[in-house]
Amino acid sequence: MAFAAIFVPNFIFQSIARSEPELRIQPVAIIEGPPPTYRVIANNRLAQILGVTSGLTKASAEQFAGVQIRHRNSAQENAAHMALLDAAWSVSSRVEDAAPNALLTDIDGLARLFGSEEEIARRLLFRVSELGLDANVAVSTNVESARILARAVPGVTIVPPGQEPRFLETLPVAMLAPSPQLAEIFERWGITSCKSLASLPVLALSERAGQEGVHLHTLASGRGNRPLLVAQPADSFLEFFELDDAIDNLEPLSFLLGRLLQQLCARVSARALSVGMVQVNFELEEAFESTIVPSGESRGAMPSPKTFSCTLQLPVACSDATLLLKLLRLRLQSQPPGAPVRRICMRAEPARSRAVQSGLFAPVSPDPQKLELTLARIAAVVGESNLGSPQLLDTHRPDAFHMRKFSVAVSASPPLQKASSATQTAFRVFRPPLPAWVQLQRNVPVRVALQGMLGTVVHASGPWRTSGDWWEDRSWQEDAWDLEIQFPAGSVTPQALYRICCDLRLEKWWARGFYD
Amino acid sequence: MHLKSSALRLHVESALSGRVLSPFCLAETALPTTVPAGIPLLDQATGGLPRGGLTEIYGPACSGKTSFLQSALATRTASAEVCALVDAQDSFDPACAQSAGVALKQLLWIRCRTLDNAFRSVDVLLNGGGFGMVALDLSDTPARLVRQIPLNVWFRLRRTVENTSTILLVLSRESNAKTCASLVLRLEGETAAWSLRHRLRASRILHTPACLLDGWTTATEIIRSTARRKKLHFLNHSTNSEDQDHVRFTLRSKEIHSHLPDHERMKDPG
Repeated sequence: MAFAAIFVPNFIFQSIARSEPELRIQPVAIIEGPPPTYRVIANNRLAQILGVTSGLTKASAEQFAGVQIRHRNSAQENAAHMALLDAAWSVSSRVEDAAPNALLTDIDGLARLFGSEEEIARRLLFRVSELGLDANVAVSTNVESARILARAVPGVTIVPPGQEPRFLETLPVAMLAPSPQLAEIFERWGITSCKSLASLPVLALSERAGQEGVHLHTLASGRGNRPLLVAQPADSFLEFFELDDAIDNLEPLSFLLGRLLQQLCARVSARALSVGMVQVNFELEEAFESTIVPSGESRGAMPSPKTFSCTLQLPVACSDATLLLKLLRLRLQSQPPGAPVRRICMRAEPARSRAVQSGLFAPVSPDPQKLELTLARIAAVVGESNLGSPQLLDTHRPDAFHMRKFSVAVSASPPLQKASSATQTAFRVFRPPLPAWVQLQRNVPVRVALQGMLGTVVHASGPWRTSGDWWEDRSWQEDAWDLEIQFPAGSVTPQALYRICCDLRLEKWWARGFYD
Repeated sequence: MHLKSSALRLHVESALSGRVLSPFCLAETALPTTVPAGIPLLDQATGGLPRGGLTEIYGPACSGKTSFLQSALATRTASAEVCALVDAQDSFDPACAQSAGVALKQLLWIRCRTLDNAFRSVDVLLNGGGFGMVALDLSDTPARLVRQIPLNVWFRLRRTVENTSTILLVLSRESNAKTCASLVLRLEGETAAWSLRHRLRASRILHTPACLLDGWTTATEIIRSTARRKKLHFLNHSTNSEDQDHVRFTLRSKEIHSHLPDHERMKDPG
């Protein structure tokens, strides 16, 4: 058996630097606590060089020139932890969630997939760094030894089987995380390293330090083995970003959205999946205008929205962050949030990656991902409801259809349909129908006035009577006539074939359209 | 003089090197690939709709433009191609199109209300690529508005669709694309045909009205056809006969086509 342990040092700082990579080259202090008594709880190496230490107050930390102050963000830490899990799952399916900044994985049997233990460790390190975190990785046949070495030794550590005591002997006892009482006892005894702890007799240690002492002795000897508690992969992917100052412009907002999307796509791709749906929830700042209500009537009637949600449902799963950003931008351009954005929460639903390739002899069709972008661009011009594929409704009501989202069905060999051989007359619809005046003779139209023109009916076919939905409010009942109308010479259309309807409920005449 | 022109030629060639391969040679343009529009007589005369080119169909109302469009859409969707219709005045009838054989699932319908939106949509569609046919229906748009579209817009559309396998079909009341179009057809509706035209009362037996619209004949004139001209030139045909430029085809209404054969239909059921 072989186990790999992943440990992220300075996790609080790294979880924030993951969202703001520019902080890695600046001194940063992370503060936490009840306001106004904020204290520094974490910092990076550049801040340490300047003299920023844990426990400093916010005011003291601000005295150091160039130090960036950030508040601790549990949501970002959680997202970083989930990203760490995704990186581990991308290599092994057996992962134990040991701590927010530490994972244990079973890498037994992966040699045929990824190579030697060192190659697996390097792969893990690469995956974690792809998701914006710097980690240590240790590989050992012993779970606990791997965990301790990952915490203690930077970079990649490979422990050959049976060599655990040799790797652990130089480590301080504090790396075994003893309780404060036992740490004090060990200090009084002069036990500072794992080697000195491992050399103590177990029986005597048990009498003086109890079961905890025995457990620490086992760890220090490199014999602390146990089965993994395997974690279950999450169904959705979450990323957060909290802003110090609210953003009211799409340009800087899309910069942040792009960063979050890249993180999400990297996580989803690490699990060999694609994004099927993206939901972005914006927490909005209360609009200033909402506090000034001009009239007494509308006071409190329309409260300013606190959140704004935007959902992208993709017909074909994809993991291209650039494409998703373009789609999101187009959506936000057409439906912008009503107030400045203070916090962004992005959730992605994973879907299986598209594995089907178009047939070699199939006719060319739009690339589904490109098509989605094309549709979004057109929707921004004409509106989303005016775009799609028409679907006829199961009714005889005239002009009954609804628009469904257009998508290209992916199939290896598309079925070829046979087109009708005869050319049929087509009909053009007036939406909405045009009002008409009709003169009847023996119940047959003889003269029609339409669009400011008066014409004589040459031939009339009808009435075609239809009715329906009488059990609902939107019932209809009408007589339709196909009329060949002769208009006076000099008009735009001297002779045309119209369909004129008489609404029997309203007793009004309408022109539904004409044949063309 | 000869030396001067040679030097000038060399100068021009060196100035354009890297951008134009051979500036003094006419580029060899291959004959456009054509596909049938679904009207055999017309396909025979025109050679079909050119891929990678602009086809313009114009004519007054009731001339058969929409029937032509539906026939072309039906043929393209039957070949499993994806088509798009940019409807400038929202007058497309999906029920009629489906009965004409158009696979609505493969049709992207964009309902515009303004000319500007229609052209912007066409631009995005052509740049997106992958569509077998993109149709721009300007039939109901007032001719004076379409006339105001600058010629460079049509040139840009032609350039966008060039070297692709997309057919760009434009329907309008007047010819606007001019030389940008690879194929220009003018359609004119002729007298409509009616069955049982003297009956004024509906038949109780067949539950039909007094008379029925059979359809009408459409006269088509080929105004411009790049593919045809080139083909004729290749075959060394010296002239175009008048007959080759005029085609008549019949449009039949779906009720007549589907219900009864001709001899049954012409009988007086009453």
